[in-house]
Amino acid sequence: MPSKVIARFSVSYQQILDEKGGVDEKLDPKLPDDKLLEIYRVMLTGRRLDERLLKMQRSGRVGTLPVSVGQEAASGAAALAMEDDDWFVGSYREVAGRIARGEELYKSMLIYGGFEEGNISDNAPRMLPLSIILASQIPHAVGLAYAAKMRGEKTAVLAFSGDGATSEGDWHEGINFAATWKAPVVFLVQNNHWAISTPLHKQMNNRTIAQRGVAYDIPCLQVDGNDALAVYKATKEALDRARNGEGPTLIEALTYRMLMHTTADDPKKYRPEQETEEWKKRDPLTRFRAYLVNKRIWDGDRDGELEETVKSEIDAAIEYYRNYADYKLDQPFDHQFGTIVETLEEQRAEYLKYAR
Amino acid sequence: MPKLTMVQAINLALHQEMERDDTVLIMGQDVAVNGGVFRLTDGLFDKFGPERALDTPLAEGGIIGAMLGMAINGLKPVGEIQFSGFAYLTLAQLEGNVARTRSRSLSKFTAPLVLRMPYGGGVRALEHHSESKEAYFAHTAGLKTVIPSTPQTAYRLLLAAIRDPDPVVFMEPKHSYRAFKEEFEADEEAGELSRCRIVREGEDLTVVSWGAMLHRTEKVIEQFVEDTGASVELIDLQTIAPMDGNTIAQSVRKTGRAVVVQEAQRTLGPASEIIALINDKALMYLEAPVKRVTGFDVVMPYFARENFQIPSEPRIRDALAETLAF
Repeated sequence: MPSKVIARFSVSYQQILDEKGGVDEKLDPKLPDDKLLEIYRVMLTGRRLDERLLKMQRSGRVGTLPVSVGQEAASGAAALAMEDDDWFVGSYREVAGRIARGEELYKSMLIYGGFEEGNISDNAPRMLPLSIILASQIPHAVGLAYAAKMRGEKTAVLAFSGDGATSEGDWHEGINFAATWKAPVVFLVQNNHWAISTPLHKQMNNRTIAQRGVAYDIPCLQVDGNDALAVYKATKEALDRARNGEGPTLIEALTYRMLMHTTADDPKKYRPEQETEEWKKRDPLTRFRAYLVNKRIWDGDRDGELEETVKSEIDAAIEYYRNYADYKLDQPFDHQFGTIVETLEEQRAEYLKYAR
Repeated sequence: MPKLTMVQAINLALHQEMERDDTVLIMGQDVAVNGGVFRLTDGLFDKFGPERALDTPLAEGGIIGAMLGMAINGLKPVGEIQFSGFAYLTLAQLEGNVARTRSRSLSKFTAPLVLRMPYGGGVRALEHHSESKEAYFAHTAGLKTVIPSTPQTAYRLLLAAIRDPDPVVFMEPKHSYRAFKEEFEADEEAGELSRCRIVREGEDLTVVSWGAMLHRTEKVIEQFVEDTGASVELIDLQTIAPMDGNTIAQSVRKTGRAVVVQEAQRTLGPASEIIALINDKALMYLEAPVKRVTGFDVVMPYFARENFQIPSEPRIRDALAETLAF
């Protein structure tokens, strides 16, 4: 009986910007200046929005919320690599990515203020609402992609999940379906190293999440998720392959959750602060800004200008949210079914008798 | 008019809907080339090809999850779960996402999909192949749960489910798949969801049932009426949720007496809700307590003892007699 090696694999890692903002010329996707500036604007807006949302939560103006601080490159640069007609399927830590797709800043406030109205944006017609149940959005992304492919559309789906989600059955089932169907979908895992208090080594035995793509025979790679250029390049190439009928890709973006899981969590209980300090050196905004300065398309004057613009956008969003008082009380009854249901209408009348 | 079994009726409905609407596709384990383990989807693969008659990997959660994505993106997937006993893996998606798609997005995204599955006893199979767990699905807001009882109503209700703008769990009483044939209209007319069907009219007693129990109950009533001369109204519930409480209440206000026959175990089953609705809407008309004939609150026995678990003809008959005599 012959004994032979029937499969070998390797997993590549890509970083284009170093921690000081120096660039690998060979790998640099050489994006036009306006694209680079857009990436920076989106990441900075995401960071500032998170910071303001945190303050709003602390002062009781919104409820419990997750923040994405430190992960702005992994979702923001990825979303900017999409075409307009592509679908964005997120989890709940893609603040910059949603901004990149055009979502109004007040939408986050509405969601965390307890309004379903925050879930949809006319500016981003092909973006699904937050998915709170880990990995449950992964099979949806595959279904979206299957439908697009069946109609012969040249569109792809970008689906986000986190490291914790990769332990879920839905995650594996979804990727297996996509691989089997050659569905045009890109799975981007934001590996931020912590699932609330669970570190990676308690989550899995694998050295990388990327290598799980090997098991499904799809292209896979790991990128520096705090390097906007690396994230952009990998996502763009994967989306292009998907649209060209070459099937799905798995991208693991190595990043770090700089703050708490949600406002109800205290990472001091389980996470060494020294680790967080180490990751501060790899902050995606600092690195990218240094790169822009090196390219001579950014300087200190422009910082003030951009900060001012972002601040006024957020102020306007807060003002909109503050005035959001005229909401329809019985809206839940409007959106249960697309048809009239007698017994539900009876219950609506009862609800309205007390809802004031 | 040809005579058809429920299997043939459902198969015909699928053929006609796929012909009529090219966004409809069927998917599931063994549904395409093999035509489904009960042959419900026979011939669809040959007629509509592999993209619209789709054999999937063996993963119920992945099937319903992918169906939701398809539905959001313009398709109308009709999925099959091989047996309802394997459908619990779909509950996380149904409750967590499918049923919430419309409300979560204020109707911007919707989930027009149908999840078909055979349920109930009567096929002498292994464990997990005989339960009636419609209550699990019925307890999910935003979801419709439908159970037909005859070939003709299976046909009409499936057409309605596929054309409905919202997700429908369509549970097929497998005991009735080939148990009988009936005269059949294949006119592509859809039935109405959330609407009961009056099977026979009567003045003295209202009986409510659904699925495989409907046929058994109807037989018992026929004999009972012949023996006693009582006038019995029989209602086929058809949609478990959202339930048509008003038709039932109207009947009970007329007869003053009611019996509910359900295959599922007792506690918190649909019969409980029917009795609560009668309490809400017709209590003052009652001349006797409402009786329920149900399975017992035990894990579904293997098939050697199955017939003692599922309501039998004598149990149903006694319930009718006791309620009338009260």
